Amino acid sequence: MDPIARNNVRVSGPPDARSIMFAHGFGCDQQMWRYVAPAFEDEFQVVCFDHVGAGHSDLSAYDPAKYSSLDGYADDVVEIARALNLHDAVLVGHSVSSMIGMLACLRAPELFGKLVMLGPSPRYVDDPPYVGGFSKSDIRELLEAMDSNYLGWSSAMAPVIMGNPERPQLGRELTESFCRTDPAIARQFAEVTFLSDNRDDLARLSTPTLVLQCSQDVIAPKAVGEYVAAAVPDSTLVMLEAVGHCPNLSAPEATSAAIAAFV
Amino acid sequence: MPENGSREDRAAIHDEDLELFYDRAPCGYLSTTPEGLVINVNRTFLEWTGYPREELVGERHLIDLLSPGGRLYYDTHFLPMLLMQDYVREIAFEVVRADGSRLPVLVNASLDRNAAGAPTVVRIALLDSTERRAYERELLAAKQVAEESERRSRALAETLQQALIPPLPPVIPELDVAGVYRPAGAGDEVGGDFYDVFQVNDDEWVVALGDVCGKGVEAAVVTSLVRHTVRASTVPFPNAADALRQLNRVMLERDPSRFCTVALVRLRRQPTGWHADLALGGHPPPLLHQPGAGTHFFGEPGSLIGVMEDPQLHTTRLDAVPGTTLVLYTDGVTEGRRGLDFYGETRLHDVVDSLAGGTATAIADGLLDDLLEFQQDRARDDIAIVVIRVP
Repeated sequence: MDPIARNNVRVSGPPDARSIMFAHGFGCDQQMWRYVAPAFEDEFQVVCFDHVGAGHSDLSAYDPAKYSSLDGYADDVVEIARALNLHDAVLVGHSVSSMIGMLACLRAPELFGKLVMLGPSPRYVDDPPYVGGFSKSDIRELLEAMDSNYLGWSSAMAPVIMGNPERPQLGRELTESFCRTDPAIARQFAEVTFLSDNRDDLARLSTPTLVLQCSQDVIAPKAVGEYVAAAVPDSTLVMLEAVGHCPNLSAPEATSAAIAAFV
Repeated sequence: MPENGSREDRAAIHDEDLELFYDRAPCGYLSTTPEGLVINVNRTFLEWTGYPREELVGERHLIDLLSPGGRLYYDTHFLPMLLMQDYVREIAFEVVRADGSRLPVLVNASLDRNAAGAPTVVRIALLDSTERRAYERELLAAKQVAEESERRSRALAETLQQALIPPLPPVIPELDVAGVYRPAGAGDEVGGDFYDVFQVNDDEWVVALGDVCGKGVEAAVVTSLVRHTVRASTVPFPNAADALRQLNRVMLERDPSRFCTVALVRLRRQPTGWHADLALGGHPPPLLHQPGAGTHFFGEPGSLIGVMEDPQLHTTRLDAVPGTTLVLYTDGVTEGRRGLDFYGETRLHDVVDSLAGGTATAIADGLLDDLLEFQQDRARDDIAIVVIRVP
């Protein structure tokens, strides 16, 4: 299957420039980068995409077996990068895509020269003495929260989800579909995201890595960001003065500046 | 009876100040900074949750008041949506009260921006949805039960379907035999088509192909009965038409509301070559190709099986010289449709005629491919095809 169509890959900026590829996290789609990616369009070939199951990706490509671990998502990142002939590119992963990006770098180190982890967590569930910030029952509660929120959405949203794969002009139709996806897919992605454990992979990563940590982040607390930076051999930790887990939306200038300074 | 709403009362309501409107609103009301820090809260919310005002305003973020699962949802869905579209509607959360208990709420929020477009304040209305949530949980549980039961019935359908055709490709020594079978739809329904190929003695084999009326589990049970009855009746009734008469009796006894069509071929190996007896119980006649004699429909039509006490059934004999090919099929082939057009007997004849000369497998597959192409891969009925060829 063509990864470009499958993952709704969007490329902008000068085609012969160095590439920067943005990977969105659990919950929404590539629109998460709409305040950050444009800042790189002058000097970089900018690549954005939707993970399979999210946004306007090809839902028919969703295979529960393939996407039962982050490896399936990492394979897609590698396939997209190969299809675009990327070399020495910058890979920016938000939230769970920090780990997906790390797996992609481990798999195909020649494709990516630098990795940016925005709000990473190698494991969300506590495993004393490691503190991830959540218990197993918290994760179950998230799944329940998703269930109860999809109860009112699923049928009403179905036409948008199943509908026109062409990305419409940014407008009501787009924002209405933002963060909304097939409930079964979203549920599995949530389980894979919040129950994964990639702590042992961090030490194997040789790609120069920037860990961008928000000062107040419930999902990926400061201690977790520090853990990641300490475990990844060639890493730099930069603190963003931002509340929440989505500085790409809430503090896009600071986020872009920190990425630009690193690359 | 006291009169409600005197002139003075109405005046008092008009005079009620906005602070009361805010504080006494029948919903919780919060204002926060774009980062979520509480900057104002109404009395309803404080009463519902048991927090003193000073513990919230300027002190707590909205996310701190949510259950841990809700916090994850807030950061991965609620906030991104709010920042992208400036509003969020009907999000279910649980607020953790001061005493640790949970208050299920339904949340609407809107985001104000200044003239430069920068976010300034988030306004959040929360409705107590305790009873609705309990009801939704019941609905959700019922939905999960229904989905599980759907999964089971699909698995059952698949298992039953597998029992209607031989588990291995049919084999008759010295003959070239092939069967194809394709259930209609998405595989969640059991069809009524079946075929079977089996040996009755040292030199005789039977090929049966048929279609039981109806679909679903009940039809599958009858189909299974038909298949086994054909096996049982061909032993004491060597004449093909007699075997179908016996099947007719069993069908009538078992369930008079069910009927089927069957094409039964009894193949006999003799020193002079192969001979075939064909009986048709309400079934469309097979196509016969013979070297030098072309391709034509073959056999004498007979009554449906399971309808009449005294069905009209006939056995037709055939000497099968090398190159003789017999193509049995169900009406899913001839009644295959594209819009208002049927696949039809003419096209079936022409396709088989063009394929004759190939192996049984090539003929069966070629016919199925042509049929599926005609229907643009949307087969609405089951399709069963068996090809017997004397090499």
